[in-house]
Amino acid sequence: MERWVRMAVQITLNGRTEAVEDGTTVLRLLESKGINPARVAVELNRRILRREEYDDTPLSPGDALEVVTFVGGG
Amino acid sequence: MDDKLVIAGKELRSRLFLGTGKYRNYDEMRAAFEASGAEVITVALRRLDLSDPSKKTLLDEIDWSRYTILPNTAGCRTADEAVRTAHLARAMGLSNWVKLEVIPDDKYLLPDPVGTLEAAKRLVDEGFVVLPYINDDPVLAKRLEEAGCATVMPLASPIGSGQGMVNFEQIKIIIEQARVPVVVDAGIGAPSDAALAMELGASACLINTAVAQAKNPALMAEAMKLGIEAGRKAFLAGRIPKKPYASASSPLEGVVR
Repeated sequence: MERWVRMAVQITLNGRTEAVEDGTTVLRLLESKGINPARVAVELNRRILRREEYDDTPLSPGDALEVVTFVGGG
Repeated sequence: MDDKLVIAGKELRSRLFLGTGKYRNYDEMRAAFEASGAEVITVALRRLDLSDPSKKTLLDEIDWSRYTILPNTAGCRTADEAVRTAHLARAMGLSNWVKLEVIPDDKYLLPDPVGTLEAAKRLVDEGFVVLPYINDDPVLAKRLEEAGCATVMPLASPIGSGQGMVNFEQIKIIIEQARVPVVVDAGIGAPSDAALAMELGASACLINTAVAQAKNPALMAEAMKLGIEAGRKAFLAGRIPKKPYASASSPLEGVVR
């Protein structure tokens, strides 16, 4: 029986190159890194995603993802 | 005394806004917040540290539900960067307030008036509650108010410098002309600085370094709270004018000579 293998593709995550499986969703990526989706905001190719979209948004080659959070500041 | 501060429809009893930066540890930060009575706290927005992505973030360390969160656009050098950061901050889902900072220079951290006004107009248009950080420029303050900002926030002196109120004559003019609350933000070093700001008629003070880097942050937070309360009461009480000559306090007649 054939087993389909997903291609690894390159995306940029917080300015650094990262390899992910083609089609991985944003939510899956966050979960794989132990990131709590409720503690971050996400921007994909300069568009801010709503939290409800994380599960429905697959990643493609060359995507630029920014995952941000609140930190101490004045 | 019912002397509430209202910003964008939100009633605040405390006129001390605190920053969350530069604390030595979270215990000191929490103790300072507790002692301060502050209801508004500022936060910055940064990339998540991916070297340890499951590490606790600021929101895990403080009970953010107790505060009005005021995200800042610190680090942004242009209006575009500030607008982008403000949108990301709003997407965190806790606040549509923004402390607007457009700061191109690293040495003095002084705000760019042109970029600030441009970003303020865009953000007001996009439904943000905008609290712009500015230099002591009364004309700029009026323009920002006309653009729909919820307050204006003139600096006392450069961020973190602890110099206190170096330009209070300009701040007096801003306060005289403002129809929105004036929050003195940056450079406050001691409670006497904050009290002076309040005596001049400021509506609140935003303080970070002076508390976070004090030897005893919780005690300094309490001192700032008291200084601000004293200054506010003095403003409402109506001080005596300064005179170049003396005016005796005891009666002139009936002296036994």
